[in-house]
Amino acid sequence: MTRFSAWNVLWQGITGQKGWSRQWRDPELKSHYDVIIVGGGLHGLATAYYLAKNHGLRNVAVLEKGWIGGGNAGRNTTIVRSNYARPGNCQFYAHSLKLWEELSHELNYNVMFSQRSHIALLHSPGAIDAAARNYNTLRRTGTPDAEIWGLEQLKQAVPHLNYAEGARFPVMGAAVQKRAGTARHDAVVWGYARAADMLGVDIIQNCAVTGVERDGARITALETTRGRITAGKVGFAVAGNTSRLWSMAGLGRLPIESHKLQAFVSEPLKPLLDQVVVFGMGGAHFYISQSDKGGMVFGGDLDWYKSYAQRGNLPIVQDVAEAAMSVMPCLGRVKLLRHWAGVVDMSMDGSHFICPTPLDNLYLNTGWNYGGFKATPAAGWWFADLIANERPAPMIADFDLKRFERGLQIDERGAGPDPKLHG
Amino acid sequence: MTARRLDRGGRIDRSKPLSFHWDGKALQGYAGDTLASALMANGERVLGRSFKYHRPRGIMSAGVEESGAIVTVGSGARAEPNVKATMQELFQGLEAQGQNAWPNVRFDAGAVNGLFGRFFSAGFYYKTFMGLPPFEWGQGTGLWMKYEALIRKAAGMGAASREADPDCYDHVHAYCDVLVVGAGPAGLRAALTAAEVGRDVILAEQDFELGGDLLNDPSAEPDRLALIEAVGRAGVRVMPRTTVFGLYDNGTAGMVERVADHLAEPAPYLPRQRFWTVRAGATVLAAGALERSIAFGGNDRPGVMTAAAGRAYLNRFGVLPGQRVVVATCNDSAYRTAGELAAAGAEVVLADARQRTSLDVPSGVRLRGGLAPLEAKGRSGVKSVQFARRTESGWQAAGSEYCDLLLVSGGWSPVVNLASHRGVKPEWNAELACFLGGDCAEPLFMAGAAAGIWDRGACEASGEAAAKRAMGIEAAGPAPGGWGAPIAPLYEVRLSGSKPKAFVDPQHDVTGEDVRLAHQEGFVSVEHLKRYTTLGMATDQGKMGNVVGLALMAEALGKEIPAVGTTRFRPPYTPVAIGALAGRNVHGHFKALRRTPLHDWNLRHGATMTDAGLWHRPWYFAKDGETIAEAYVREAATVRETLGICDVSSLGKIAVQGPDAAEFLNRVYTNGFAKLAVGKARYGIMLRDDGMVMDDGTTWRLAEDDFLMTTTTTGAGKVMVWLEELLQTRWPELRVHLTSVSDQWAGVSIAGPKSRKALAACLADPAAVSAQALPFMGVARTQLQDGTEALIARISFSGELAYELYVPAGHGEAMMNQLWGETSRLGGCLYGLEALGTLRIEKGHVTGAELDGRVTILDAGLGKMASAKKPYIGKVLQDRPELQRADRPQLAGIFPKDRSQTFNGGALLCRPDEGEGFGEGWVTAVTHSPALGHWIGLGYVAGGHEAWTGRTLMASDPVRGGPVEVEVVSPHMFDPEGERMHG
Amino acid sequence: MIRISCPFCGPRDHAEFSYGGDGSIEYPALDAPVQDWHDAVFLRENICGLQLETWQHVHGCRMWIKVERDTMTHEIRSVAPAHPGLAAALESGQ
Repeated sequence: MTRFSAWNVLWQGITGQKGWSRQWRDPELKSHYDVIIVGGGLHGLATAYYLAKNHGLRNVAVLEKGWIGGGNAGRNTTIVRSNYARPGNCQFYAHSLKLWEELSHELNYNVMFSQRSHIALLHSPGAIDAAARNYNTLRRTGTPDAEIWGLEQLKQAVPHLNYAEGARFPVMGAAVQKRAGTARHDAVVWGYARAADMLGVDIIQNCAVTGVERDGARITALETTRGRITAGKVGFAVAGNTSRLWSMAGLGRLPIESHKLQAFVSEPLKPLLDQVVVFGMGGAHFYISQSDKGGMVFGGDLDWYKSYAQRGNLPIVQDVAEAAMSVMPCLGRVKLLRHWAGVVDMSMDGSHFICPTPLDNLYLNTGWNYGGFKATPAAGWWFADLIANERPAPMIADFDLKRFERGLQIDERGAGPDPKLHG
Repeated sequence: MTARRLDRGGRIDRSKPLSFHWDGKALQGYAGDTLASALMANGERVLGRSFKYHRPRGIMSAGVEESGAIVTVGSGARAEPNVKATMQELFQGLEAQGQNAWPNVRFDAGAVNGLFGRFFSAGFYYKTFMGLPPFEWGQGTGLWMKYEALIRKAAGMGAASREADPDCYDHVHAYCDVLVVGAGPAGLRAALTAAEVGRDVILAEQDFELGGDLLNDPSAEPDRLALIEAVGRAGVRVMPRTTVFGLYDNGTAGMVERVADHLAEPAPYLPRQRFWTVRAGATVLAAGALERSIAFGGNDRPGVMTAAAGRAYLNRFGVLPGQRVVVATCNDSAYRTAGELAAAGAEVVLADARQRTSLDVPSGVRLRGGLAPLEAKGRSGVKSVQFARRTESGWQAAGSEYCDLLLVSGGWSPVVNLASHRGVKPEWNAELACFLGGDCAEPLFMAGAAAGIWDRGACEASGEAAAKRAMGIEAAGPAPGGWGAPIAPLYEVRLSGSKPKAFVDPQHDVTGEDVRLAHQEGFVSVEHLKRYTTLGMATDQGKMGNVVGLALMAEALGKEIPAVGTTRFRPPYTPVAIGALAGRNVHGHFKALRRTPLHDWNLRHGATMTDAGLWHRPWYFAKDGETIAEAYVREAATVRETLGICDVSSLGKIAVQGPDAAEFLNRVYTNGFAKLAVGKARYGIMLRDDGMVMDDGTTWRLAEDDFLMTTTTTGAGKVMVWLEELLQTRWPELRVHLTSVSDQWAGVSIAGPKSRKALAACLADPAAVSAQALPFMGVARTQLQDGTEALIARISFSGELAYELYVPAGHGEAMMNQLWGETSRLGGCLYGLEALGTLRIEKGHVTGAELDGRVTILDAGLGKMASAKKPYIGKVLQDRPELQRADRPQLAGIFPKDRSQTFNGGALLCRPDEGEGFGEGWVTAVTHSPALGHWIGLGYVAGGHEAWTGRTLMASDPVRGGPVEVEVVSPHMFDPEGERMHG
Repeated sequence: MIRISCPFCGPRDHAEFSYGGDGSIEYPALDAPVQDWHDAVFLRENICGLQLETWQHVHGCRMWIKVERDTMTHEIRSVAPAHPGLAAALESGQ
């Protein structure tokens, strides 16, 4: 495998690009793997990578029913942040962000993590206080880059927002995380795939799981469209399809619902916005950044009704456009180039699950709500740790399926057990 | 390319010249021109620059697939970047500029990128820019972000205006039986067929003229006019300049009508564009087909365009696009174009990649059979074309021709995009070398060239058949096809071993080599190819290059095209202005502002407003020169000394009526309501199913079966929905009726020792509010002096003797005038939310800052309100172990240890020796208490205030300032026994 | 836009409605065991395909309705008032 570097880009340019090989193999499917990760999205690939890297497991397969990164990995708005303040979430996302910062070097793949700041607009003294509580928590738990900005500082940094007199929701300040930003989502998929592949992980595309064979409380094998595979351990990391797979394994109900979340990109523009800006007021929710190619990448709320369809509907398109115009009125003549939707596992408290299951050798990764992309490195890291060591580390101990029975709801928004409200 | 305007012919109106500016240069065109045709007629060749290599680009098409002539139209606040010149109607005074170039598109310094093209292969940026070159040393993201700043500057196409868009946009809703997309022969016929039998038909056409391909055929003009006339007579709603950009569930279409983009001086009442939401019973897709190019060296040079475009500029716009023309084709469709160009005076060579066809060679055209274009030569415009001939071992160079225009036809791609929005999988038709729409479960029917039908007569027949099927009548349409000789699929021409700059996606500079590199690196799925190379991600969304890209990948894989698949097209079909999608819901109409009946009265009396959910509520009433801090402290002090009045109209108000109303409230609230006496109010708390506090407020029993519930301002909508859900889905046996009456009443709180006096003076019967007649928590129905019906409850949020007075909303101002007269006479004041906050913090009363959806009734210090005697919503789940822990944060009051100090809401409460961590609690709200003479706060602290008696905590607020030593006290910081409000 | 045929108002855009949730959940009695409440409040079948769900015609008649809808295609099979008494009344044509 040719290492990625400026040197090799030059050399290959001179020698006709002949030295680049497949970034990951198209391996023969074996009849047995020690660990099978179902789901070739970001979390599945990252898990496989860390199983190999951190735990020395090499007989690992990632099964993907389509092409890797075709689900939410390629459908999100690429925001990476760690401004979660609930105990458990706070440490988890802080760890994830630290892994993000070194990810390009770790994977030898430029995932273009741009730490351009994440700026949540604040519109009332009460909102400033509520944000300060969360950002104080961040500051005191290892996230030194959490700040509260006043209006003047905000205007300096982000000049093209709606600061007009008489704006519907005048801005008073912002909650800022400076180390947050965006990354190139597809590159993260390919980077993990390539790195996992180099460590011997088999990435099997076009291989859908069609059945789960059990012997009591153990999974013995998976039936797939490419044949039967026996497995030592199995991990599910299939956002959007978790409940389907769960019932395939004969395991009742889960505390999640599948909802669709839309994303939007405009035509490419010369640099207009250098940060990630988030707006939430009057029931609206909106986030926007500009990709390196120049497209304005933005999104808002869920489509509000449960859905497995990866396509959005018009009312949310309009809602998001309205919010866009409210936050950046100069976007009126900028044109929407594409919009699409991903199916997200919305959980009952807005937080995730990385946990053992009622089956001895099955492990579950689900319930990422809006947050799956930014969680990728830590989710892979800790899911691998769980699978390898067969016990939840303290970092993820609270993120099990029984937490609601205990009365623990890790609810960043305080929205309660209604999955659609945890955007 | 030496294009020139012809003296005759075309659809332009030579009697209406229009002057316009291109890059500051004054030029002239005619009514009926597009910006592209006008620029072409003026001999402008280089109109744009490509994304990556900044290669010079000219006009490549005459339609939505344009990838070269992409410009900025307008200036200042009205500058619109990334406009396809081929789609922009010319108007008097139009200003357009080149973009993505410096200093201009003709001489662009960025073109230096082209020299490094061999290094800038697909995805090269994933392989470097991570650290210090050449071996990517270092760590973190610092170096990448330096590179990124440069990359971002170079990327992007046009620049957006920095000013707010001054124009407005409309939203329109419509319904129809049949929506026909595209007004070519198939669409016109489909619309006519359905309308003739009485169906309500909308015919949407993105062009400013109807006719589709008929517009490019002067001989078809009588037929076109007859069809249009018939369509009009049949009552079809014809919408030119309207693009159906997306199809959504249940027959809904999103459309954008460009109302004023072609007008020099639009009437001020006109929106710039209208966004239409159309619900159609059935949809006929007759959106035509797009001609595609072929990948060969220099196929992006100005002067290389589709054959169909050449024909459009000649026949529709009266521009002879070149003098010496080479038409390179692999199918029949370009023959006619070649003949027409020759007839118009051009010297035309027709290079047909097919060895032999039975077609007649048009007169004046020199046919060179078996030749395909290998390379277009010339710097800023094509000067000659080198040919190649297919041999058994590949392509072989085969001579050249001088030319100033190279027209290419690589076949046709039916516009199946809209069907793809509905999940229809396009299917490859090998005979016609194109994708056709596959099966569709919805009432969606393809017609005309969009269905792969090339012959005009057959297109009309297919339109008729599609319309019939749309009406539920069985009808067989013509089969796809219609050429005399079969197409010889041709996607790329290159000599083996050579690596020409042969563009597949010209806008993004994706070449055939990039596709092969993607294959080499394992990006073989269509979606991986697209993402790795950016093929099809440009503003034409792959209209130009997708099929060629797929074909090259198929070749690399040694497979057929269908085995590679096709990408799913996503809406919008063509880019849509964000302003149009937002419509009128902007500025003050965004999340429309809610005003209380006293809104204007408050403003007239000096209120500064603040946002409370969707409402504006008075924040404070500053007297001359007062700051907010001075104003609220004065207001709060005045309430405690004399009285104050405050608009509380925004509180939610719900009439809960019926024989089971008491039982219903008893289940909803944690405390008992069954035995509440008529004429009494009670404070109640409702929980969610999971046991967390949802909302609070007082509920007044007006009669045995008639309650008035109040909710918080922001909770009003949510509570109403929740109560309706409970009654209709869980407890249908309860006979209760709910009515939201929030908007029916204007409400004011009158608080302070003199509140009774002021209120009494406003009433017809002053005794109605005497201590005996209206004790604490009493409710009275009475009248104001002027006879206005009034509801009064003696309830207190401030802890003072206080009342809430409600009158019908329309009488709100009159009530305020009376009440304010009495209040000011007694030395009272108006007070706003800030002072309200002070008063309630002093008393330890909770609001949304404390009830954040994560607290239980115990956490909020309201445990005594949880009845042990009856079940209620949330009771069971609030008993889960984590929620019962003694060390959960509970409501507490907070004093600064040094009473002269202040601290902030949002500060964390931490042990003095605890430098980091989550702390022991947090501060929810802080105010300066005039009653106590120092700053105080409310907050939550682990185990409640008793656990911290006599101990010091730090209010730690690193995001805003240093820590402050505080002590924790009971949340009831002022008048804990409540003597004042009972008095 | 999904079109929902409100039993009281006729066919309307789904934007006039708000989605409630899984309509197959039977909420237990207010004093039922904690496990019953836990299961009803926190666990979901999360069907991919035809599911029974509740919506409210919140910008219309404000009635809660039960809808059978395919969560993949969004096709609607049936709509009825959520209130069983009203559903029965409509059924019997009263």
